[in-house]
Amino acid sequence: MSTATLPDNPQLRERFRELKPPLTAQAAVIEADRCLNCYDAPCMGSCPTHIDVPGFIKRIASGNLRGSALRILDANILGSSCARVCPVDVLCEGACVLHRQNRKPIQIALLQRHSMDAFHASGERLPIAPPASRKLRVACIGGGPASLACAAELCREGAEATIFERRPLPGGLNTYGVAEYKLRATDSLREVEMIRQLGVDFCFGESIESATALESLESEFDYIFLGLGLGAMQRLGVPGEDAKGVMNALELISAYKTGHIREMRGTIVVVGAGNTAIDAANAARRLGAETVYLLYRRGEHDMSAFDFEYEHAKQEGVQFFWRRQPVAIRTSEHGRLLLDTVQVQQVDHKLLPIPDSEFTIDCDVVVPAIGQSPLELAIQELCGIAVRDGRIIADLATGQTGNPRYYAGGDCVNGGREVVDAVAGGKRAALAMLKTAEVAHA
Amino acid sequence: MPDISVRGFAGSINSLNPFWLASAPPTNTGEMIIRAFDAGWGGAVWKTIGEPITNVSSRYSATDWNGQRIMGFNNIELISDRSIEVNLREMAEVKKRYPQNAVIASLMVASNRETWHDIVARAEDAGADGLELNFGCPHGMSERGMGSAVGQVPEYAQMITEWVKEKARTPVLVKLTPNISDIRTVARAAKRGGANGLSAINTINSITGIDLDTLVPRPNVDGKSSHGGYCGPAVKPIALNMVQQIMSDAEAALPLSGIGGIGSWRDAAEFILLGCGTVQVCTAVMHYGYRIVEDMAEGLDNWMRAKGYATIEDFRGLSLPRVTEWKHLNLNYKIVARIDEQKCIGCDLCHIACWDGAHQCIHLDRVTGPVDGHVELHPIPVAKETESRLSITETPVTRKEREAAFAQGPYPTPLARIPRVDETECVGCNLCSCVCPVDGCITMVPVDTGLPLETWEERTRGPAFTAQPRS
Repeated sequence: MSTATLPDNPQLRERFRELKPPLTAQAAVIEADRCLNCYDAPCMGSCPTHIDVPGFIKRIASGNLRGSALRILDANILGSSCARVCPVDVLCEGACVLHRQNRKPIQIALLQRHSMDAFHASGERLPIAPPASRKLRVACIGGGPASLACAAELCREGAEATIFERRPLPGGLNTYGVAEYKLRATDSLREVEMIRQLGVDFCFGESIESATALESLESEFDYIFLGLGLGAMQRLGVPGEDAKGVMNALELISAYKTGHIREMRGTIVVVGAGNTAIDAANAARRLGAETVYLLYRRGEHDMSAFDFEYEHAKQEGVQFFWRRQPVAIRTSEHGRLLLDTVQVQQVDHKLLPIPDSEFTIDCDVVVPAIGQSPLELAIQELCGIAVRDGRIIADLATGQTGNPRYYAGGDCVNGGREVVDAVAGGKRAALAMLKTAEVAHA
Repeated sequence: MPDISVRGFAGSINSLNPFWLASAPPTNTGEMIIRAFDAGWGGAVWKTIGEPITNVSSRYSATDWNGQRIMGFNNIELISDRSIEVNLREMAEVKKRYPQNAVIASLMVASNRETWHDIVARAEDAGADGLELNFGCPHGMSERGMGSAVGQVPEYAQMITEWVKEKARTPVLVKLTPNISDIRTVARAAKRGGANGLSAINTINSITGIDLDTLVPRPNVDGKSSHGGYCGPAVKPIALNMVQQIMSDAEAALPLSGIGGIGSWRDAAEFILLGCGTVQVCTAVMHYGYRIVEDMAEGLDNWMRAKGYATIEDFRGLSLPRVTEWKHLNLNYKIVARIDEQKCIGCDLCHIACWDGAHQCIHLDRVTGPVDGHVELHPIPVAKETESRLSITETPVTRKEREAAFAQGPYPTPLARIPRVDETECVGCNLCSCVCPVDGCITMVPVDTGLPLETWEERTRGPAFTAQPRS
C-alpha cells in the first residue's frame, strides 16, 4: 500500500507555478563544472545535515547521477524537499566561497533538485539493510520531517520504525505548510512514499496524547522519538478573533494546498512578518485577492522573514503596514470584517500605541501569522521529560531527553527552525538510538 | 606604431601579418580563403592539393573539458577532395585579387620525382607564393605511402625535398609530423634536402574517446573508428616544445611557421618568442570562424606596443636562450609560496593539493597555532573533514544568528580557512599557485639561500661522480 495522495489540481499547479524551475540537464552540468570542489567545503559545513555538496555536484558533472542522488540521500533523506525549501542564502549557497570573489555562488539547491528529480524519475529504490536485521523498534510520534528522517535512518540500518501521525497525510509542514510554489504537496508525498518503501510503517489519525496511549507505545517499542513540531498558531489576543473570516496562516496554507480553498477575493490582511506570514500573503495574492496587506508591529528591518522572502512578497504585490498592530476585529452589517488598528512606537522595550493613529481596514479575511505557540505540554507530566520555554530539553548531539527511552528532534526541540534542521535532529537521534541499542545487545 | 607584417619569410614570402590559416578545412576553397583574407588573415596554406580522395562521414571528434567545448580536436579527414585543376584555378584567382596576402600551396602526391616536379610547376604557375610539403598527415594518406609515411623516415623526406627543390622557384616549407620520437631528425633531413623553411607541428595521432553507450570510439563511421590527428588548445604545449627543439638545433633550424593549438595573440606571441616567423591556425577558426584574427592582430599589436617592439623580428626567438637542459638549472635557487590573506577565498584547494599532490607543507592551523615541521606533526586532511561532518550546525533563523554566521574578521575569509605555508618545508614546486582559483593570491617568492649558482652538471663534475671502471 502506498501512502495517501492528493487529487490532481491543475488550477493550483497553474496558480502556484514553481518559483525556480528545474535546470536542464546541460545547464546542470555547466553549473556543476563551475564548482571549485573546495576542501572541507564551507557549503557542507553550513548544512545542518552536512550533505557532501562538492561530492554530489562533481557526480553531476561526471554524469554519475545515481551516485549524486545517493550521496545526497545518505546525508539527508529529505534531500528532495530541502532542495526546494531550504533558505540556501543563509546556508550552503551563502557559505559558497565564490561570494568572496564577487562571483555568483554555485546554485546548490537547483543542482540538488536536479539529482533528486532524476532519482525519483528513475524509480530506483534506496539500498537498505535487511529489514528487522536489528532488534530495535522505535515509535516516532509526528509525521513531519524530524520523524521521517529518524524513521528512515533506522530502517536503512535494519531497525523497525512506526510513525504515528494525527493528520490524514504524512509529511507534516512539508505537505501542509510550505508555499506550493516552493514545494508541491504531491512532491512531499512522493518523498514520503520513498521513505515508506524503506520499510517505515505509518499509522494515520493517531494522536498520542494520553498516558494510556504512551504506556502502550512503551510496551511495544524500545524507544520513542518525539517529532511533535510546534503547537497551534498563536492567537492575536484581540476581541473578535473568532469571527468568521479569521483564519490563521497555517490553516490558510494547508487549506489551499489540499484543495479546500481554491480562490480568494477582495482584501486580505496578514498580521505578522515571519516567513509563514509572507507565504500566506503571497498565497492570498496568487489565489486571486486584489489587495493583500501585511501588518507588522515593528519596522521592516526587524521582520524575522528572510530578506529574499521579503523581496519576493514585494514582487507578488503584497503591501506593507509597518509599526501598526491590530486592536479588534469587528464584523460589519454587510458581513465584512473591520480590522481596527493602531500605530505603535517603541519606548524603551515596549510598543506603545500612538494616540489618534487608529484606523480601520475594511477587509474580507484576516490572517493571524504571529508564530506557532509552544507545545501543549501534557507530555512532560506523562513521561518525565523536561520542557523549557515550550521546548523539549534534549541533548543536542543525540536528541536524548531526560527520560532515556525518549528522544526528540525538530521544531519541538529547537523552537522552530527549518526542515533541514529537523532532518538533522531526527538523523542524530536515530544514530544515537542505534548506537545505544548496539551497546545494550552486545 | 608596431609593424606586424612579415617580409621575406623563408626567403621571399610576404604577408600583412604573421597569422596564416593552416592547410585544413578553413582553406578548402578559393571562396573561403577570400572571406578569410577579408576578415584579416595575412596568409593561407591551401588545403592540401593532390589526386582527389574520397572522405568518410563523420570526420571530427572533440575532447571537451570541464564544460568547455573543444579542448582538443581530432580529424580523420584526408587531403582535398577536389580536383587539382579546380584548386589551382581558384588559387590563381585568389592570388590575383589578394597580391598582399601569402598564398601557400600545400602539396602531397605519390612518391616519384616526375609527379612532384609536375605538381610544383603547376602550383607555381597558379601563383603560389610558396609550397608546403605535407609530410605530416597521420591518417589515410600514410597508408598510401604519403603524408607521415614520408615524414617519419628522414631519408624519404630529404629525397622528396630534393626533388621539389630541383623544380621550385618559390620557397619550400616542409611540414613536420610530431608522430616520431625526435622531430629534429626529419627537420634536419629537410634542411639537408634544401628546404627554405619548416611548418610544425602537424596533428598528433589520437583516439579522442569512446561512446560509453555504443562502445564505439569517436568519430563513429558506421560502427567503426580510426585513429585521427589531434590538435586544438590541448596540443599547444607539445607543439611549443617541438618548436623549441627545432629552433635550438643548428642542423635543423630554418624559418619556421608555428602550428599547434594557436587561438589567440598570446599563443602566437609564445610561438614567435621561440623563433617562429609566422603562425598557422586551424582549430580555433573551425570553432569560432575567421573573425578571431581581429583580436589576434590587435592584441599582438598592443602587446608589442607595451613591450616596445617595433617589428616581429624584434622579439622573435627571445625566449629561446631561456630554455636549457635540466642539468644547467640552478640547484640553489629557492622559491616558496606566499598566500595573500586579503585575496584568499578559503577554498583550501592549495591545502589538499599540497597534502595529496606535493609536500605536505600548507596547513590550516592559523587558529589552532602554527606547527612547523614534518608530516607526522600535523593532523591529516581527512581528520578535519570527519570533524566537520560530526559538527552540529543549525540554520541561522534570527537576524542575530545570521549576523553571527556571516560575521567578518580581519580578512574576507575566516582565519581558520586561510591556509599557512610552512616555508621551511615548502620546496617551491608551484602546485598551490596552479590550483588557486584567485589571480595573484598565491605568489612564489624567491628566498635567499646564500648559496652561489650551482648546476647539476657542476655538482657532478667532481671526482666523486666520475664513472669508475668496474674492476
